[in-house]
Amino acid sequence: MKNPLESLHTTIVLGVVLTVVMVLIINAMYS
Amino acid sequence: MHLDAAYLSFFFRWLHIMSGVMWIGLLWYFNFVQIPSMPKIPDAEKPAISKVIAPAALFWFRWGAMSTIITGLIEAYLNGYLADAITLGLSNHSIQATRIGFGMWLGTIMWFNVWFVIWPNQKKALGIVQVGPDEKKAAGRTAMLFSRTNTMLSIPMLYAMASASHLPM
Repeated sequence: MKNPLESLHTTIVLGVVLTVVMVLIINAMYS
Repeated sequence: MHLDAAYLSFFFRWLHIMSGVMWIGLLWYFNFVQIPSMPKIPDAEKPAISKVIAPAALFWFRWGAMSTIITGLIEAYLNGYLADAITLGLSNHSIQATRIGFGMWLGTIMWFNVWFVIWPNQKKALGIVQVGPDEKKAAGRTAMLFSRTNTMLSIPMLYAMASASHLPM
């Protein structure tokens, strides 16, 4: 199976998804 | 303007930002420009990249990473939030410490990848360290995938760094 990080576009999408997850975790810590 | 502790703190922030621009700028150069362009370059011309441009870019890339983490740690220490950030703000319940802490940990993982995965493998891939053809190919792929990992991590890392100072609570 092809590694998703071989695609630059997928890399950027995964980076944005990680950002959203991080923001949700931080918000949950302070809600 | 006074040459006091506040100025010293700002001075290291300035060095930290410059180092970070050098590091992440070259990371994005590799991932957005060099790697996608290599298949389009004729084989006879590839050594211009692999023997001249890439080694020079890698020098500033890895030392930019080193300078970024050192100046960042000094800046956090001078501002008094180093321990709070390392513990992700759990010790003092500060959202700013949590945000900068996420950025610091992501940046630290990226710095580790640069010095202990990407650079050792790039030395093999570029022929700086002599290895067999199979190991050379595998090293190039490992370096590329960890470079991509760092590109992915740079997106939340920069969000965390910038939001710590610039996003209202």
